[in-house]
Amino acid sequence: MAKLELRGVVKRFGDVTVCDGIDLDVEEGQMVCLIGASGGGKSTLLRCINLLEPIEDGAILLDGEDVSVPGLDPQRVRSRIGMVFQSFNLFPHMTALENAMLAPRRVKGKSREEVRPEVEALFTRFGLADRMDKYPDQLSGGQQQRVAIVRALAMKPDVMLFDEITSALDPQLVGEVLDVLLQLKAEGMTMVLATHEMEFARQAADKVCFLKDGKIIEEGPPSEIFNAPKRAETRAFLERALK
Amino acid sequence: MTEQKAAGLTRRQRYEAAQRKRAAIIATTSTVLVVAAIVILVPMTPGWEKVQRSFFNGATLVQTFPKLLDAFKINVMIFAWSAPAIAILGLLIALARDTKSPALFPLRIFGTAFTDIFRGIPVILTVYLIGFGIPGLGLPCPWNSPYIWGSLALILTYSAYVAEIFRSGIDSVHHSQRSAALSLGLTERQVTRDVVLPQAIRNVVPAQMNMLIALQKDVSLLSFIGPVEIFRQAGVFKSLLANFTPYVGAAIIFLIVTIPATRYADYLMARQRQERR
Repeated sequence: MAKLELRGVVKRFGDVTVCDGIDLDVEEGQMVCLIGASGGGKSTLLRCINLLEPIEDGAILLDGEDVSVPGLDPQRVRSRIGMVFQSFNLFPHMTALENAMLAPRRVKGKSREEVRPEVEALFTRFGLADRMDKYPDQLSGGQQQRVAIVRALAMKPDVMLFDEITSALDPQLVGEVLDVLLQLKAEGMTMVLATHEMEFARQAADKVCFLKDGKIIEEGPPSEIFNAPKRAETRAFLERALK
Repeated sequence: MTEQKAAGLTRRQRYEAAQRKRAAIIATTSTVLVVAAIVILVPMTPGWEKVQRSFFNGATLVQTFPKLLDAFKINVMIFAWSAPAIAILGLLIALARDTKSPALFPLRIFGTAFTDIFRGIPVILTVYLIGFGIPGLGLPCPWNSPYIWGSLALILTYSAYVAEIFRSGIDSVHHSQRSAALSLGLTERQVTRDVVLPQAIRNVVPAQMNMLIALQKDVSLLSFIGPVEIFRQAGVFKSLLANFTPYVGAAIIFLIVTIPATRYADYLMARQRQERR
């Protein structure tokens, strides 16, 4: 049984079908990269996994349990699945530390004193110890995104979703954020990434899925997808993306 | 280059200094001209002496000013208990209008009806209807006091406006903030309380300051149903002394309070604009 399984996931916005029957297995500790042109359904799929968007059809299984049953309490699922966004979405009225402590305090009902040492340890682990008391405005884009990752990790999730987390960053700041992902991979975190960083996907992913028009056109280990894509659409996309 | 160094200023700085000097000269000249025109021309009007006697009578002003200040304390008092009530009720109405839970649907309807009704009726009418209507039920003392029902009228009307401002503040918080908070496992309620409201309220502080200033002035409308606040007191003096100067005195007292408050609201708005840039 895979850690996370998608079975025929369908998502529509009005008449537009954004995810058109997606099947995907993510094994424990695997890093899966979703690639494809903008509008291909990568981000929406991630939002569906986190139950931010209700799905029309299909099922999402976490540890074998169908979490996409309509009416199921989404909070419990979301607290097990962390998500990081392209635009960081840090809470601007809180310091970095408060950002990361909010969810453990509110969702798990822990006290400040209980949470603080754990969260501080996370900041230290990702080289942000001296940034904890800063407000988001006072941080660089790369630092903000790393704080956003720490904020999600503070909930000790089983799975992490990353939605094009380097797309809004200056090129020289991308590396520090990707390093965090490598660190998480080394620690055995189960991760799904929507990404435009092809080189990173090629080197770090366990599995790469090419999405187009809401379907997974092709999937496989990066060596296959990048070096010997079977489908013409994949080849066409990669030719443009790797140029 | 050497010339620039000698002056210690860049070409741009010299240009801007010249521009500033020019603007200052024009502003000063036009102000002097306008003030002079008023000072010279107004006293030449045929009725000026009469107006001066009945509106700008120094002796009357000195005589009535302390009593007017005393009466103004009532305005301050009514303001002091109405403003917090308005803030709380306004926020509750705003939240009620945005509620999604079906169980709270009646609250949503109520919130919408409330803002529609109290924004649609002139304040003075609400003051009359509530201020005369409810004590007319024959309630025992102190529940027939115009202070209570007059204040209630102000609270209801202003809450409707304040609620709409809060709502625009809530809308101004980007929905991605909500997504991020939900993705962490927070409930809708926690998201509103911990993430959306703190930002929303901060965004509308300047706009709400303007509501406070307007409220301070509208407290005077209660004079129509009884309380002898500053406007009513000025009216009493007008009748006693057959002179309008007490009204001017009352206006001065209002300005002493509202001008600093207006300046402060402007300052807050300017600061917010700067922060957003």
